[in-house]
Amino acid sequence: MTDQVDKAQRIRDSLTRRYRAERRFRFYGLLAICFGLLCVGVLFVDIIGKGHGAFQQTYIQLDVTYDRQILGLTDTGDAQQWALADFDGIVKQALYQRFPGVSGRTDRRALTRLISSAAAFSVQKRLREQPHLLDTTETLWLLADDDIDTYYKSLDDAAGPFTGRVDQRQRLWIDDLQSGEQIALKWNSQFFVSGDSREPEQAGIGGAVIGSMLTLVATLLLSLPVGIAAAVYLEEFAPRNRWTDFIEVNINNLAAVPSIIFGLLGLAIFINVFGVPRSVPLVGGLVLSLMTLPTVIITSRAAIKAVPPSIRQAAIGMGASPMQVTMHHVLPLAMPGMLTGAIIGMAQALGETAPLLMIGMVAFIADVPGGFTDPATVLPVQIFLWADSPERAFIEKTSAAIMVLLAFLIVMNSAAVWLRKRLERRW
Amino acid sequence: MQASNLLVILIAITAVAYALGRGRALVQARPLGGIRALHSLPFYYGMRAALWCAVPAILLLGTWLVGDGQVINTLIINQLPDHLAPHSATERNLLLGSIENLASGALDQKSADPHLLAAARQLDTLSAISQQLMGALVLALAVLGGCWGWLRISPERRARQEVELVFKVALLLSASIAVLITLGIVLSVLFESLRFFQSVPVLDFLFGLEWSPQTAIRDDQVGASGRFGMVPLFVGTLLISLIAMIVAVPVGLMSAVYLAEYASPRVRGFAKPALEILAGIPTVVYGFFAALTVAPFIRDTGDLVGLAVSSESALAAGLVMGIMIIPFISSLSDDVINAVPQALRDGSLGLGATHSETIRQVIFPAALPGIVGGVLLAVSRAIGETMIVVMAAGLAAKLTANPLDTVTTITVQIVTLLVGDQEFDSPKTLAAFALGLALFVVTLMLNIIALNVVKKYRERYD
Repeated sequence: MTDQVDKAQRIRDSLTRRYRAERRFRFYGLLAICFGLLCVGVLFVDIIGKGHGAFQQTYIQLDVTYDRQILGLTDTGDAQQWALADFDGIVKQALYQRFPGVSGRTDRRALTRLISSAAAFSVQKRLREQPHLLDTTETLWLLADDDIDTYYKSLDDAAGPFTGRVDQRQRLWIDDLQSGEQIALKWNSQFFVSGDSREPEQAGIGGAVIGSMLTLVATLLLSLPVGIAAAVYLEEFAPRNRWTDFIEVNINNLAAVPSIIFGLLGLAIFINVFGVPRSVPLVGGLVLSLMTLPTVIITSRAAIKAVPPSIRQAAIGMGASPMQVTMHHVLPLAMPGMLTGAIIGMAQALGETAPLLMIGMVAFIADVPGGFTDPATVLPVQIFLWADSPERAFIEKTSAAIMVLLAFLIVMNSAAVWLRKRLERRW
Repeated sequence: MQASNLLVILIAITAVAYALGRGRALVQARPLGGIRALHSLPFYYGMRAALWCAVPAILLLGTWLVGDGQVINTLIINQLPDHLAPHSATERNLLLGSIENLASGALDQKSADPHLLAAARQLDTLSAISQQLMGALVLALAVLGGCWGWLRISPERRARQEVELVFKVALLLSASIAVLITLGIVLSVLFESLRFFQSVPVLDFLFGLEWSPQTAIRDDQVGASGRFGMVPLFVGTLLISLIAMIVAVPVGLMSAVYLAEYASPRVRGFAKPALEILAGIPTVVYGFFAALTVAPFIRDTGDLVGLAVSSESALAAGLVMGIMIIPFISSLSDDVINAVPQALRDGSLGLGATHSETIRQVIFPAALPGIVGGVLLAVSRAIGETMIVVMAAGLAAKLTANPLDTVTTITVQIVTLLVGDQEFDSPKTLAAFALGLALFVVTLMLNIIALNVVKKYRERYD
C-alpha cells in the first residue's frame, strides 16, 4: 500500500519536473524565433535609420551674380571661353557678399568650404541654358559640402551635432544662414542619376544601377537558355548512364561551391586566357551566369517534373515525337515555374559581390556605362567601395544604396512569389 | 566588320534561309498533293535550311574570335629582327603590350624604336585585314550553307529526324556545360597553383605557421621575404565559422523545431517567411552591418567590461555570419523534421512522453543524419563566405583562438591578393589560386559528405 502511494507520489513529482522541462523547451523555441526576428528587425532599422537621410541633401541659398569680369566671359559663343570661365570665382564672390564681415585668407578659405565643388558646375549649366542672365543677379540654391551636410542633418540629434571637420566659424555661419532660412534640405535626385564620386555630396548610384542592369541582362541571356536546355535534357531525354549521373553530381556540387571560386575561374579563364577586358558587364555577366546556372537548372527541373505524365502520354498518343512533346506541351506548361526559378537566380546574382571583385569590377568608375563592354561597377560592389571610404557622409550613402538594393530584391522576390501563385497550375 | 554587327546580319540571313526553305518544301509538295506528301512538316524543312546556314557560320565566327589574336601576335613577333626577338613568355607579353600601345597611340610614336613602330603599323593592318576577312568568310559560309540546305530539300527527306538530332545534341551540350564549369574551375585553380608550388614547396604552404605574402620588390628590401604558410588563415577561417555555427545551429534548429512542432499555422505563416528574409539579404549588406554596427557595439561593450576587443574582432564577423546562416539551417532542419514519419511521433506520445521528450528522444535521433548533413552544408557556406569577413575581419594573419582578437581568413586573403592590378608571375598573386584550390577542395569534400548523408537518410524514410 505505502509502496503504491510512494510510486504515485514519485510520478506526480516527476510530472511537475517534466512539465517544467516541456515549458522550458517550448520557451527556448520561442526564444530562437524571436532572436531571428529581432535580427531581421535590427538589421532593417539600422540600415534605414542610417540611410534615410541620404535621400535629402543640404543646399545653401545664395545671390549669385553672373559677373562678366570675374567669369572672364566676353563672348557667349566662344567655347574656349566657356571652358576657361571662372564659375568657382562667382560662387566664392556670392559667399563673400553674403558674409561681408569675413576677411583674411584662412577665414575666407573656411567660408568657401561651405559649398561643394559641384556648385560651380550647376551654375555653369544654368548660365549655358540661359545666357541672357549674364551680368544679372539671381538667387540660387547651391549644393553644400558633405561636412556641412552631415553637420546640418545631425543638428537635432539627441547626442548633439556631429561636428567632424566643421569648425566654430563655420558653425556660426550656418547658424546665420539658418536664421535667414537660407539653408535647407532638398530631395536628392542627383543620388539616383549620377555616377560615383570621391566627394560624398556628388556621389550617386546611377552608374552602379545601370551597371547592375547590364550585368543582369547578360547573366539572364546566358544562363536562362542554357539552364532550361540542360534541365529539359536531364528530365526528358537523358538516358540513365554514367555520364548523366556525373552531370547531376556536378550540378549539385556546383550549387554549393563558394562564389569567390567562380571569380577565380573568371579571372584565370575569361580574362587571362580569352583576353576579355576587365571590369565590363559582359565578363561580369559571364561569371554570374556560371554561378546561377545550377540554381536555374535545379528549379527548371522541378518545374518540368511538376508537369503530369498524362500530358506527355496524350501527346505521344496523338503521334507527336518526343521532341515535339517537349517543345509543344511540356515546355510551355513548365514555363511559369522556370521563370520563377530564373527570377530567384537573378536576385541571387544581383546581390553577389565577391566574384565581381576578382574580375576587376571594383575599379573607381565615375561615368555611367553605356554598353556591355564599357567599364562598369554594380550596386553591391558600389556598396562595398563606399563602406570602405573614410568620409562619414559615405555611411549615409552606403545605407541608402543598400536600401535601393534591398528594394530591388524585394520587388524581384515578390514578383517570383506572385508569378508562382498566379501562373502555376495545380494539376 | 564588328562581330556584333556580323551576328545581326547572320540572324537576318538565317531567317531568310528559314523562310526560303519552308517555301521550297511547300512548292515541291504542291504537285504531289499538298503537304501530306512531305515526310515532315514544312517547319522542319525551313529549320533544316536555317541550321545549315547558321551553325557552320557561328562556329567559324567563334573560332576566329578566339584565335585571331594569337595568330596575329605570332606573325608580328616572328617578323621582328633578331636583337628584339623575345626570349621568355614574360618578355614576349611585354613586347606585345608595348606594340599594342604604340598602335593605339597610348605610347609616344616619335621616341619609339623604328622596328617596333613598323610592327605596330603591321598590327594595325593585320587586324583590319582579319576583321574584313572574318566578315567575308563568315557571311560566305552562311550563304553557302543556306544554299546547300535549301537545294537538298525534297519531299522524301527525313527533315524532322535531322533537325531533332541537332536539337538533342544542343540540349546534351547545354547539360554538359555543368561538367565543363567544374573542369574549368579545377583546371584554372590547379594550373596556377602548380606554378605557385614551383616557387613555394607544398609542405611549407600546407603546414607553415606564418603568412605574410609581401614579397620583396628589390633584393635589399628588409622584412619582406614572403611567407606562405596557410595554417593561420585556416585557423582564422575555422574560428569564425565556429562562432557562426555556435550562433546559427541552436537558433536555427530550435526555430525549426518550434515552427514544425509547436507553432500555430498563423505564427508559422508569418515567422517562416520573415526568417527567410535573412537568406535573401546580400552578403555585402551583412558585411556593412558587421563592420559598422556589430563590431563597434562589441568593442564598446568590451571596453565597459574591461576587455580589450579589437575593432575587427573575429566575434563580430562570426556573429553576423551566424545570423546569415540561421535561415539556411532552419529551413533544412524543417524539411527533415517534417519528413520524420508521423507514426514515430504518435507512438512516443501514446506511451506518455511529453511533446519535448518526443522531440528530443524520438524525432532528433530520427532526423539526425539530415540535420548533420544540413549543418555540414552550412559549414561549407561559412568557410566560403567572403564579403562579411572582407569587410568585418582583419588582414593580420594571427595564429590565435581568441574570438576577441583579429584574425584573417582564406577568402579575405584571396580578395586582398587579387583585387587591383597585378602581374601574373609573382608568387603573391599565384598564392591566391593556391588558397582557392584549398578552399575548393575543403568545401567540395564537405558538400559531398553532406549530400551523401542527406541522400542516405532520405532513402530510409521514402
